[in-house]
Amino acid sequence: MVLDSGDTAFIIICTALVLLMAPGVGLFYGGLVRRKNLISMFALSFAALAIVSVQWILFGYSLAFGPDIGGLIGSLEYAGLQGVGLSGDGIPDLLFMVFQMMFAAVTLAIITSAVAERIKLSSFIVFGLLWTTLVYDPLAHWVWGGGWMAGSGILDFAGGIVVHISAGWGALALALVIGKRAGFGQYSMEPHNIPLTLLGGALLWFGWFGFNAGSALAANGLAVNALIVTNTAAAAGTLAWMAASWINGKPSSIGMISGSIAGLGAVTPAAGFIDPIGALIIGAVSGIICYYALLWRLNRSLDESLDAWAIHGVGGVWGTVALGIFALSGIGGITGLIGGSSAQLALQAVGAVAAVAYAFAVTFMIAKAVDLTMGLRVTEDEEYVGLDISQHGESIYV
Amino acid sequence: MKKVEAIIRPEKLEQVKKALEEKGFFPMTVTEVRGRGAQKGICLQFRGKKIEVDLIPKVQIDMVVPDSDVALIIDTIRATGRTGKNGDGKIFVSHVEIVAGVRTDEMITE
Repeated sequence: MVLDSGDTAFIIICTALVLLMAPGVGLFYGGLVRRKNLISMFALSFAALAIVSVQWILFGYSLAFGPDIGGLIGSLEYAGLQGVGLSGDGIPDLLFMVFQMMFAAVTLAIITSAVAERIKLSSFIVFGLLWTTLVYDPLAHWVWGGGWMAGSGILDFAGGIVVHISAGWGALALALVIGKRAGFGQYSMEPHNIPLTLLGGALLWFGWFGFNAGSALAANGLAVNALIVTNTAAAAGTLAWMAASWINGKPSSIGMISGSIAGLGAVTPAAGFIDPIGALIIGAVSGIICYYALLWRLNRSLDESLDAWAIHGVGGVWGTVALGIFALSGIGGITGLIGGSSAQLALQAVGAVAAVAYAFAVTFMIAKAVDLTMGLRVTEDEEYVGLDISQHGESIYV
Repeated sequence: MKKVEAIIRPEKLEQVKKALEEKGFFPMTVTEVRGRGAQKGICLQFRGKKIEVDLIPKVQIDMVVPDSDVALIIDTIRATGRTGKNGDGKIFVSHVEIVAGVRTDEMITE
């Protein structure tokens, strides 16, 4: 139980990098909506950050990382951060706690994709508190807190299951409950400010270095490898999405940055187990399948508005499974299919399917419960005028 | 010649523009405007606190056309721009004295 000052300094910085991803998501989403809802998207991300920051201190961290109860959930022993101290193994326990807090916050910010331009702010606060408690915390416990997935050998380096599958598939369920935006499919809802989305995406890419490299929980070679595979997969995803969309027309900048996020989401679970060549393949494949997932959603006229499902959900499943294909024993001690072992691949598939089912089903139930009690949606007039004015009493320009 | 000024819902612009195109009316000027009608905008009610949005974003389409086309343009805009709710807009038609080209010396005075 010796503290390492280098590791501690590194994880403090990574915590700050991951924090920046919350407003990054807000900017990314804010540019994609119509201009009457930009403030709303940004504010939802800040609300997510604030809700989770408080919940995590009070009981969220304990549910996720407290002493295990039956492989399903942590006990409330660490509620209010009791016993979470200044000392720890390599880094202080308190630092691990706050680093993990930022992951939970960004995950809740990602799910706001599903409710863009029509959620009632008060209902989002209630939904968000329930969601992070009942979906995020159990999943984090299963994989990272000593729960059943960890026990059976299912791996997730930095959050393919915990962050991207949970937010992506949760977003799909939430979108089905809240329903389409008024006028969806009848008239154009083009992004109103593409540079904002590109800047938001750039901040996500930047923050992702803290997200994945920091998940090594030490300033070491594994962290450097994670940083490099992260950047490689993001680049490969960008180029792959660009190529896929070029075939059907002009390669949009929104498509490129979506491909970056697809690559980043997919490499996240595998970042501690693969080499840069594996990352190249994972990122490129992710860019292509997420692109087609997005087209599929549009063809089915599903209004999962800003594509958390197509990008994070589908990319997260792919990355979680791909860990079982491309893992190299020399990096994270795990051998994947390319090393001749299929055992990890089977485990990863079980993990991905279980996480998809859990995230979808529980999110659906929470959303239904909030919808039936307080209503998820704003009124028709409020939606027409926009959430900036109706929920916040503000407009982006005066 | 007549000037048709149609103030419509912004989200209906694409449909109205397309319908006008199909009827053969291409030249137009489109402006983003804000305004209100007899309902004084939209009033949102929050637990005792009222927020009035009195100037609502609209789009204005200006077209200058021969007198004989006016009825068809009005019909087309009504058919595509109407939702039946408050805020669908208004159409104003007025007389134009002169239409003068810039590139050429074209001059229409009737």
